Amino acid sequence: MLTALDKAMLEQVADLKGIPAGAYNIRKDGRGIERRSAPGIEIRPKKDQPGIDVIVEPGIEGTVHIPVIITATGLSDKVYNTIEIGSSADILLIAGCGIHNPGHAEARHDGIHEIAVRRGATLRYQEKHYGEGEGEGRRILNPETILLVEEDAYAELELIQIRGVDDTIRNTKARVEAGGRLAMFERLLTDGGQKARSDVVVELIGSESTARIVSRSVAQGSSKQIFQPRLIAQGRGRGHIECDSIIMDQAVVRSVPEIWAESAEAELVHEATIGRIAGEQLIKLMTLGLSEEEAEERIISGFLK
Amino acid sequence: MLELKDLELKFFTEDKEIIVLKKINLVFEKGIIYALTGPNGSGKSSLARMIMGIHRPTTGQIIYKGEEITPLGITERARRGIGYAFQHPARFKGLRVTDILEIAMEHPDNHECPYLREMGLCPDDYLDRPLDDSLSGGEIKRIEVATLLAQDPDLRILDEPEAGIDLWSFEQLTAVIARSHRPDCTTIIISHQERILNMVDEIILLEEGTVAMHGARDRVWPLIRESTRCTCSRDCPERGNFYADCPR
Repeated sequence: MLTALDKAMLEQVADLKGIPAGAYNIRKDGRGIERRSAPGIEIRPKKDQPGIDVIVEPGIEGTVHIPVIITATGLSDKVYNTIEIGSSADILLIAGCGIHNPGHAEARHDGIHEIAVRRGATLRYQEKHYGEGEGEGRRILNPETILLVEEDAYAELELIQIRGVDDTIRNTKARVEAGGRLAMFERLLTDGGQKARSDVVVELIGSESTARIVSRSVAQGSSKQIFQPRLIAQGRGRGHIECDSIIMDQAVVRSVPEIWAESAEAELVHEATIGRIAGEQLIKLMTLGLSEEEAEERIISGFLK
Repeated sequence: MLELKDLELKFFTEDKEIIVLKKINLVFEKGIIYALTGPNGSGKSSLARMIMGIHRPTTGQIIYKGEEITPLGITERARRGIGYAFQHPARFKGLRVTDILEIAMEHPDNHECPYLREMGLCPDDYLDRPLDDSLSGGEIKRIEVATLLAQDPDLRILDEPEAGIDLWSFEQLTAVIARSHRPDCTTIIISHQERILNMVDEIILLEEGTVAMHGARDRVWPLIRESTRCTCSRDCPERGNFYADCPR
């Protein structure tokens, strides 16, 4: 039975209003509480460790929701999910984790996703992280995503951390085979004394494989962020890394994009910028009648959209 | 509509003061289109930015619709009906053309398409475009003017609206400015382009931070025509481009 708080958290992290149509698994406070498979999409709990297997048969189209919510203080939850997208399938997978920490002890979720996108399949993966709670207990989320994009497959990762996560270390590893394409969009906001670190390693192992890594972040208060995306091309691969950060107040941002070619036919580009909100942007929106605070909010929300 | 009384603007550096504008006294009436012209560095943009509240005058008063607005900031002045199309429009990562038009419109449920069409931009192609570096200089400039049209303020300032706009849309630009000028609003255009100066009612010439001349176009234009023309083309073996942006 989902409480009102559970429903509010699910809406925040997975845009869910009630029980979703299609296949889903909802995990709350360290255990699966509701689960449903759908034709061609099987969700089953792992036997040897916490977590689930999501098996999508070849050619299936559909949406799968696998959100996690934590509403108890002092809880540390580690989960291993294996996701298999069959060849030529087309799937929207909505993960995401919300922590409502009501107490003073730490609440933590480490989610490890191993995903294989088989030949010619398409996966759009959305993961939103969110934290809230009236207590002083820290909210910690450490996601690890290990992705294989097979020949001619396409994977799009949208990784978003909205407000309220005190500490995060994100680890994303991807291997892209010949003709495979990967697009990764990361959006991150930190405030107060929060810390965020994102390490990404993408290997373009096949010819004509491509990757685009776009990271946008806003660091407020005295928060600290580190980005280390690394893009490796072993053959004729093309890739682009773009890291943009808005820095405010007393925040600290480190951005260290790395490109690494092992073939003369590789084409790799990286760019990284860190800067405050441009004065001319604030002034323009103020000449349209927004206050300085409204203009700032509008620029940040647009930047992270 | 707007009165500037004894306005002075000084910038202070560590060891000296720079006088940008001195003893500016001007009255801008309702229903009139003004051109603010003069050489580079004469203080045109500084004066316009002072009217918008971006620069605060060192001394003097700004009276708008009978009320002193000197201490008011940009937002308050915008909410009272002053608008500004910038010479170099800001670009935003994450805002789309439709977003800025919606912010500009008093009633965002109004349709934003006509303003883009007025500026020769197809709404289907542009509404969802990001307002970032992917737009050319001419495109962002036209969107900037479209934003001012959507805002429809009572006092509009256009800072070199023609700069960066191609020849085809120059004609359209002057027509749009004239067409959208309401009898109860005031338009101030900063420009040194002959075709802009030809369309206004009054010309104000600024030189070295002071008003060197102010009057009806028919009286002022013959006196300053030669000084606003680019003489480069006379000596240019290619005969130059008459409409090239004059650096002066």
